Amino acid sequence: MAKYAMAIDLNKCIGCYNCQVACKDEHVYNAFPPVAAEQPAFGQFWLSIEEREQVWNPSHIKVTYIPKPCQHCGDAPCAKAAKNGAIYKREDGIVIIDPEKAAGQKDLVASCPYGSIYLNEEKGLPQKCTFCAHLVDDGWQEPRCAQSCPMSCMYFGDVEDPESKISKFLAANQAEAFHPEYGTKPNVYYVGLPKPHLSGTVRLAEGNECAADVTVTLTGPDGAKRTATTDCFGDFDFKNAPRGACQIAYELAGYATQSSPIVLDKEITFLGEIQLSR
Amino acid sequence: MKYSTKDEQQYVNCTLSGPVRVFVKDKKIVRILPLEYTQEDDAKPWSITARGETFVRPNKAGIACWVQGSKQQIYSKDRLLTPLKRVDFDPNGERNPQNRGVSGYEPITWDEALTIVANETERVKDQYGPSAIAVTGSSHDSWGNIGYRMSALERFWNLVGCTWIDHDPDSWQGSYWGAIHSWGFHWRLGQPPAFDLLGDTFEHTDMIVFWSSDPNTTSGDYAWNETDHWRFHMKKLGIKFVFIDPHCNYTSVIDGDKWIKPKPGTDVAMALAIAYTWIKEGTYDKEYIASHTVGFDKWESYVMGNEDGQPKTPEWAEQKSGVEANVIVALAREWAKKRTTLAGGGRSGMGHVMRSSYGHEWSRAMVLLMGMQGLGKPGVNYYSTTGGAPADWDFFFPGYADGGISGGSAGPKDLGPRGFPKRATASQIRQRINRACLPECVIKPPYTWRGVYGYYGQSAQQQFTECTFPFPGYSEIKMIYRQGASYIGTMMETNRFARMYRDPKLEFVVNQTIYNEPEAKFADIIFPVCTNFERWDIGEWAKISGYSNKLSPTNARVVVLQQQCIQPRGQSKPDYQIYALLAERLGIGEQFTEGHPDEMSWIKRMYEVSDLPKVISWEKFQKKGYYIIPPKMDKKPAPALRWFYDQRPIDIPDKPMSSDRPTNRPDGLARLSTPTGKIEFESQTLKQFDPNDDERPPVPHYIPSWEGSESTEILKNYPLQLISPHPRFTFHSQHDGKTLWNDEIPHHRRLINGYRYWVIRINPADAAQYGIKENDLVKVWNDRGVVLCAANITERIRQGTVHSYSSGGGYDPQGEPGVNTTIDKGGTINQLTSSRFLSKNCAGMAPGSCLVQIAKWTEGEV
Repeated sequence: MAKYAMAIDLNKCIGCYNCQVACKDEHVYNAFPPVAAEQPAFGQFWLSIEEREQVWNPSHIKVTYIPKPCQHCGDAPCAKAAKNGAIYKREDGIVIIDPEKAAGQKDLVASCPYGSIYLNEEKGLPQKCTFCAHLVDDGWQEPRCAQSCPMSCMYFGDVEDPESKISKFLAANQAEAFHPEYGTKPNVYYVGLPKPHLSGTVRLAEGNECAADVTVTLTGPDGAKRTATTDCFGDFDFKNAPRGACQIAYELAGYATQSSPIVLDKEITFLGEIQLSR
Repeated sequence: MKYSTKDEQQYVNCTLSGPVRVFVKDKKIVRILPLEYTQEDDAKPWSITARGETFVRPNKAGIACWVQGSKQQIYSKDRLLTPLKRVDFDPNGERNPQNRGVSGYEPITWDEALTIVANETERVKDQYGPSAIAVTGSSHDSWGNIGYRMSALERFWNLVGCTWIDHDPDSWQGSYWGAIHSWGFHWRLGQPPAFDLLGDTFEHTDMIVFWSSDPNTTSGDYAWNETDHWRFHMKKLGIKFVFIDPHCNYTSVIDGDKWIKPKPGTDVAMALAIAYTWIKEGTYDKEYIASHTVGFDKWESYVMGNEDGQPKTPEWAEQKSGVEANVIVALAREWAKKRTTLAGGGRSGMGHVMRSSYGHEWSRAMVLLMGMQGLGKPGVNYYSTTGGAPADWDFFFPGYADGGISGGSAGPKDLGPRGFPKRATASQIRQRINRACLPECVIKPPYTWRGVYGYYGQSAQQQFTECTFPFPGYSEIKMIYRQGASYIGTMMETNRFARMYRDPKLEFVVNQTIYNEPEAKFADIIFPVCTNFERWDIGEWAKISGYSNKLSPTNARVVVLQQQCIQPRGQSKPDYQIYALLAERLGIGEQFTEGHPDEMSWIKRMYEVSDLPKVISWEKFQKKGYYIIPPKMDKKPAPALRWFYDQRPIDIPDKPMSSDRPTNRPDGLARLSTPTGKIEFESQTLKQFDPNDDERPPVPHYIPSWEGSESTEILKNYPLQLISPHPRFTFHSQHDGKTLWNDEIPHHRRLINGYRYWVIRINPADAAQYGIKENDLVKVWNDRGVVLCAANITERIRQGTVHSYSSGGGYDPQGEPGVNTTIDKGGTINQLTSSRFLSKNCAGMAPGSCLVQIAKWTEGEV
């Protein structure tokens, strides 16, 4: 028996929202008993998109789009909260809300820490993503969100088959859970979640010209060193910057090396202009 | 019984943003998928290997979100399902034109509706002549070469006779009114070719400067999410992306390395400072200047300040643009040092700067900057990363601008020689109107402008025509026939259009459209049209032809037999059938149909005259529904302007059809279509037209905007600059205001107090000053209109500027339509933009130059 999961490469996501809309295309005006009742035309997002706008510095803003289907948790709080087995995990790992048994169990909406369960007010029915189980059972290779993705950044498949696309993707990338602190063992994995960021821009003291090719060395709290080189604008950055007490040094031939301690205690740190003198 | 999609029927169709596969059960659409190219007999993916990395063509279409949401649009509650008559319109009695836009409608039969329209057409023709009927279509209410406006609508009205309301290059005004005079390409309306530039960029380019360019949004017209793959690959190859735009746009926030944010309207000052730096430091291509250009000394004189005493230094530019001089210098130096490509605008067109006051000066300055760095050199191109993938351009299949069954009015006429149609039609009435000043022509003629009559791509000189409406002896406009509906939304200062429709001079207004959209509500009779999912057609994805000949921004040329998936909803009909029925009543049925019994007969004929029969039988094409034209990968690439750089005869697949300034003269020398055949720093055409034109002088100048950062008087009341580029989550107004799923995308609309408001982007510092918070309702206004929006507070827009997309389709006046103080709840930003043209001799729109005031708005406030 396959174990289905999804991995999403956020580094390739362009924020087109096709996945969100494709989900509606599949589930609005269509019911797929016994795994899904019809999704209302508006207001439910079995796949929603959470956006993170990180202002790295005044000349670099990074937006990460995070598509959020149901996480099909290994330890699903919704299943525990449901009465009469209204929410159950199939052998293949897909978590299903039984549209008949779940009717009236409105409290289930609050049981999901990811906010992935929506209430169908008219029917009093909690509803959510099914990984398009009706299509998977029909032999489709992927749910609609993944099929619609123009960048093919959503990998769906059997994580127990080492030859599957998702297994290969997970083997080649450092994937992680979204909100692991919820402790629900999600079966959706992410590559490229927003990380702490450090940046600055280096100038030459005389004329305040942009200083290119400056070697910037960041020594982390653990003593590990990372280097970056300034570009033509004097800009440098460290993606996935460490937290804590660090040391940062700037070196450029012909100029006095500068070094100073910095404490990285925020998600985003912009050091502003650093002046180098001869 | 176990659910299986195998129990459903499958069809293939094409839309203005991609080909799709449609599943149908019980005569209803179940789902719509982007088309995959994975069948056994599909063309195998092409690949390009450069710098040690291989890019492989994706195997499915990167459609737009609104195409993915087509099902909701097809079944939208805003569909028109019966012919309608305005309740207080009586063709034989009181017409009550003053109630257009306010009165309700009652359903009537097709017979009644067709009779009224045919009778009125005859009456107006008899009384005033055919020139009294003004006609236009919309871009693009449907896809498919037979049903498109340039096809069926044009054929019908060419036969009946009318005053055409001209479409103009309004998405890339600056290229047309400016760049043409620097590098020619008049037959492409000023836009450069992109042939084979994808591979050239992969191989040779180090940096791309995206200047007023957001390809993730404008994509290259119809390709939508096709080109992001390319930019990710470019990033993988280490190509640096710099963005110059007051808005940290959608491409910049995923791909950008640097965001530079000039004040709107000051881009030319920045460009001049870059040129200044290159001249001062000697870092431009002097040999190229000598061999490939003319008039550099005049440009140099202006840039260095010899002409006007003001050297265009980076410090001077900083004062104008707000961009730090040292950043301009750093950019200039890197640009000169690295192999740099300029993405000036979206499809090397579009972008708000070229649709602003004096946008032609910017477009010319962009060409000249590239002229200083050896345009056409490997890796040094003018290229927006939205075209130039491998494609076989020897394979003929027409695009929409080939004109379908009309015979074509917009460029190369490749269909005619192949016998399609048997008899081409042409406009019988010489009088024409520029759509941007349609209200003035209707309400208060005579009206004059300097521009173009008819097709814009015939010569560079045609844009100097002094145009007048009406022509001597011709009629004023008494009747408007509109297919589709998007003026209120896409044109400037759109309260003018509401006033026009309510003017008693207009005796009769027809709207033929799919949706009950804002402009339809100003008609006397409404014909309900079905979508192209409810009828047959044939078309190639993103294929324009004509003025954009052999241009494709997609990864594959996909020709689709657009299969009818369901019956037309309600009583709606295909555009073609409506014209056929009207033609019959007007006694020109046979002339219109050429004896074709239905659309399918035309479609089969188009298949026959294309190159498709060489590669796929009609039977197979009918069954499969599409064909992917494989590129010839053994053919040596011919990057767009390499021939010019190498000084060889032109070798790209597209050459000018007109004789204006031939690039293919018998001497075989490389010539652009400028008078000198070279890049003209000093335009010979403009010099000839008027050497003293201070708004478009022979050498491009920085001219402060008539409504911008230096407009001291206007700024007193309206202190914020508004930019309103092409929208990200609708194509024109087509996919907005129709209860669609993109309404739920927070960049597009936001649900506040039960209403979905259009979004305006405000810098946090400005928001703090005005006491506006995220998702607050905001009143945005100036002397031209008042619009309500939902606030998005973001660092992505520079302080002092607000950003809200153009082309909302939800016009919802909370009072008398057409009154400038009436609040529009629907977010029609173009109520606020000025109808003033780019400059006095350039009749193109300039929405990018707009000043407004904002305030927090509370429900119930007036």
